Amino acid sequence: MSLGNFLIMRQELLMIAVVLIVLMAEIFISHENRKYISTITAVLFALVTIAGFLPSPSGSLFGGMYVASGTTAIMKNVLNIGILLVIIQSITWLRKIENSEKVSEYYILLISTATGMNYMISAGHFLMFYIGIELATIPIAALAAFDRMKNQSAEAGIKLILSSALSSGILLYGLSMIYGTTGSLYFGEVARLFTNNSLQTLGFIFFFAGMAFKISIVPFHLWTADVYEGAPVNITSYLSVISKGAALFIFIIMLFTVFPAIIKTWQHTIYVVSVLTMTIGNLFAIRQQNLKRFLAFSSISQAGYILLGLIGGNELGMASVIYYILVYIFSNLAAFGVVIAISNQTGKENMDDYNGLYHTNPKLSLIMTLALFSLAGIPPVAGFFGKFFLFTAAAQQGFYLLVLIAVLNTIISLFYYLLVVKAMFINKSESPIEKFKSDFPTSLALGICVAGLVVAGFASVIFEAIRNLSFGI
Amino acid sequence: MSTGIPVQYFLILATIMFFAGVYGFLTRRNLITILMSVELILNSVNINFLAFNRYLYPHKLEGMFFSLFVIAVAACEAAVAIAIIINIYRRFTTINVEDVNEMKF
Repeated sequence: MSLGNFLIMRQELLMIAVVLIVLMAEIFISHENRKYISTITAVLFALVTIAGFLPSPSGSLFGGMYVASGTTAIMKNVLNIGILLVIIQSITWLRKIENSEKVSEYYILLISTATGMNYMISAGHFLMFYIGIELATIPIAALAAFDRMKNQSAEAGIKLILSSALSSGILLYGLSMIYGTTGSLYFGEVARLFTNNSLQTLGFIFFFAGMAFKISIVPFHLWTADVYEGAPVNITSYLSVISKGAALFIFIIMLFTVFPAIIKTWQHTIYVVSVLTMTIGNLFAIRQQNLKRFLAFSSISQAGYILLGLIGGNELGMASVIYYILVYIFSNLAAFGVVIAISNQTGKENMDDYNGLYHTNPKLSLIMTLALFSLAGIPPVAGFFGKFFLFTAAAQQGFYLLVLIAVLNTIISLFYYLLVVKAMFINKSESPIEKFKSDFPTSLALGICVAGLVVAGFASVIFEAIRNLSFGI
Repeated sequence: MSTGIPVQYFLILATIMFFAGVYGFLTRRNLITILMSVELILNSVNINFLAFNRYLYPHKLEGMFFSLFVIAVAACEAAVAIAIIINIYRRFTTINVEDVNEMKF
């Protein structure tokens, strides 16, 4: 193996380099120049993101443990765009006095999780997958507990680390059964030796439960709302979009490449959990007053819709999942961007506080409206096309009833998304949030999100490019 | 293969440990004990991997390596969890889960 082969995992190596540079910056940059660390990190990560779009060689490393292909490249690029947006959104928050001492820690942890996600997506062996998923979750728990002086943040951290540890335990127990029956941990070998015997199916069920914890699908979603509410807003947006997206990506790759032999089993399982996830996520979202909690339940129900793309096992399904997550990154980060901007400025996070926002901050309310319309799937914005492709992918395989349930759920979701819009535009308030001007990073992140929402919807090139790189069973 | 203890015994031990861990995770009220339950689960996984490796696939070492990595990652997980537990103790002056409940449905 020559050194040039390492270019295959260029993306991860670049990220590790960024982590090391930030670490060195922490040591060598003098105290008064610390404020530039945020800018440096954002610029470096932007370069990493751009590097991901350059044509990259496909192939495998370490005897097939690490696999890079066009599909993994596009998944990583989608995630990197989201991570870049989160990094830009965090800059304002990190400028506050109480965070000024821990700026570089924040970025080191954040980019470490990004590295873990990239390794996880590129895994060709269960060991690589496991290390990737742990690298992606353990630093997140530290980030959720980042507000050291807040009770809720510590509570969110412990809830996240304990539930993720339990879920990896369950996942590993399933893997040990799969290993016992097939004798290998390589994806290709496991897929070849996977017959339908009952121990393997049991192992798969354990594996599914472990993954369902990570994606927060309904019977395993109870940690989500608490963690999302307690964690700092930036981390909440990261958890709801990037972590979930990465777990869904590796889940779809595994279902399509490792477990095609038991497609009937997982289709039934996904059918049930998808209906439960959509319905329960929506019903709980209706009664939430805290916007972070509200967006948490909305993200649970969004995961339910995304499962519709997985269920068919077809190429259109994978393309629509990648496309939907791209759109979901833009729309959810736009919604969170508004919540972050207002929370940074005033510390308010409840829906009642947003009453009359349109009269004081019309731009923010318009962006929020656009983002919520996209999450609900109203035509002119990209979210509509995303949902349309997901539903088409499921309908193509004959899941008409499931698509009907999903459409009904979309109508329910429209109700509670419009509650926020109503609060902003119609409700009167004695003391609305005062008019304020966002600083440059916030406006930049929101601008990119809005541009993404419009462009991803109308430029069919994007979906075509994703479609060309997708595969079915 | 090695005579003596049949492979089933190891698997039964691992299964009992796994479900004891899950039971402990759900019923215990002390955060440290909950963490210990998680370790119990991970160790049951290790026993499974090692037993399968030794008895069924003795010429390859994938199971052995996997359990080594599981041990290492479990240590990292415990380190971060204990750091957060210490912070919880400072904030709430208790590590009983029933008192750490600022957020509820």
